[in-house]
Amino acid sequence: MRVTEILKQGKIISGKRRRDWRQEVAFFCLRISMLLVFLILLMILFDITQKGFGVISWSFLTEAPRSGMKEGGIYPAIVGTFYVTLIATFFAVPLGIMAAIYLNEYALQGRLNRLIRISLRNMAGVPSIVFGLFGVALFVQLMGFKPSLLAAGLTLGLLTLPVTVTAAEEALKAVPKSYREGGLALGATQWQMIKTLVLPSAIPGMLTGVILGLSRAAGETAPILFTGAAFFLPYLPNSPFSQFMALPYHLFILATQHHDISGVRPLAYGTAFVLLVLVFLLNLSAVLLRYRYRKKIKQA
Amino acid sequence: MTIINSHLEQKPVPEEEKVKLISIDTAKGKQKDDLSAKNKTKEVKVKVNNFSFYYGDKQALQNINMEITTNEVTALIGPSGCGKTTFLRTINRMNDLIPGTRVEGEVIVSGQNIYQPAVDVVELRRKVGLVFQQPNPFPKSIYENVAYGPKIHGKRKKEVLDEIVEESLKQAALWDEVKDRLKESGLSLSGGQQQRLCIARVLAVKPEIILMDEPTSALDPVATQRIEDLIRELSADYTIIIVTHNMQQAARISDFTAFFLLGELVECGRTAQIFTRPGDTRTEEYITGRFG
Repeated sequence: MRVTEILKQGKIISGKRRRDWRQEVAFFCLRISMLLVFLILLMILFDITQKGFGVISWSFLTEAPRSGMKEGGIYPAIVGTFYVTLIATFFAVPLGIMAAIYLNEYALQGRLNRLIRISLRNMAGVPSIVFGLFGVALFVQLMGFKPSLLAAGLTLGLLTLPVTVTAAEEALKAVPKSYREGGLALGATQWQMIKTLVLPSAIPGMLTGVILGLSRAAGETAPILFTGAAFFLPYLPNSPFSQFMALPYHLFILATQHHDISGVRPLAYGTAFVLLVLVFLLNLSAVLLRYRYRKKIKQA
Repeated sequence: MTIINSHLEQKPVPEEEKVKLISIDTAKGKQKDDLSAKNKTKEVKVKVNNFSFYYGDKQALQNINMEITTNEVTALIGPSGCGKTTFLRTINRMNDLIPGTRVEGEVIVSGQNIYQPAVDVVELRRKVGLVFQQPNPFPKSIYENVAYGPKIHGKRKKEVLDEIVEESLKQAALWDEVKDRLKESGLSLSGGQQQRLCIARVLAVKPEIILMDEPTSALDPVATQRIEDLIRELSADYTIIIVTHNMQQAARISDFTAFFLLGELVECGRTAQIFTRPGDTRTEEYITGRFG
């Protein structure tokens, strides 16, 4: 209605001009929003890089903190974050993907299924500190893992589960129905069809979602706060049951808990920079993986 | 003379009469002797008894009775929503995939009622292939598309697969066009080639019956003609059931034609007869283009 009216008016002298004016305003608002988002991101990156990059050195990356964390590096924190993310990955990725396959491919699409889905979506919105407390109750106390890499990794895994399941489900949903029907019509069992047709098409999307979820988890502080992250450890964790240092927690300490906050500010920025680079690398690997997989499928 | 007009079939027809097969009660019944002579050499491949199909509460097929003979092309025609595609998909139980569907009656394929609980649906679908309306090659190479069926049915040896792929592509009249590019994606082919690839994919599992759901509706006239020629060739070895919106196509390629309307099988008989002397006025009206 509106469009036809405007089009009709377009033939009259003033009509066309008014349409352009409205369009300009709309475009302007959209463009400003985009620029604003981009600018904020850029400012964060610039600020942290500017203040943090200077601290980065080989010894900063490979040495443990010294002299009450006023000197030395963050090596144990890097290693701790690596391990804890690894445990979260091994826990959440298979579990999440398999649950998503079941939900999307096998489960009856009824009321119960919808309820499970809604719960999962809501779980993604649960504050991470709540996951932290839950991790303490379940892994640290009930299962007796003590505050450890394992307990913290599993807690982070739990945190990423809703994201993993949702991302995996979206990827599965994006697989065309015609592949499934084509496979089944040739006499494939449902599992054969899923394995040979659905998963190969869905894996790039799944991986991207999963890695993005994990990179989010790698930067979380609250869930590991009570479940295994240590204030200061001069040595590296030597088993899944050791406590560990982690980048986000180390940053939190340097920024708020240290007795000489302004003195260690550069170290805090350096830590933030390393964390940022780590997350960036994870996200980049997600993009590259997806790209490579798509190319492979196109060629196949 | 057998009546397949389900809506007319008030009283049960004796079994021995039913088996005689599809033709129409044209009152005159001129071709009776002719038909029964031919029917003796052809066995019944698919037999449908009092079959009804429901999507939830909605009845999509009403009390269908029909027989389909081996190595013939049977065309299912009728206006959109008349149930012909639903009927086609009941023959390899693809409708099972839609939640909330329900069937009554029997569909007997090669002597076995496929709606019995003991039936292995996977095995049924191997025997009863389906070609879809939209060509749907898998995002795999041409070779892998054709080898897909044999592979999931346990064939692993490369020589065996190579042979099946070549044979199937030759049968589907695609071999010469793709033999030098078997490793390329099936999606790189043109629409008509893709549809022939899908037919080759079905042939590779050595089915007995091939169902086709408007296989040419997404194709241009040249590609359509190639598929039609192919269907004629394949009918020597396979029982083919094809849904089509195109009446000329039904007339060109089929031996038997079944006319569906509002979920009923109005009439089924030899194509020549249906198109020249339909037994039901509704068939006549549809064929002459008065509705539909």
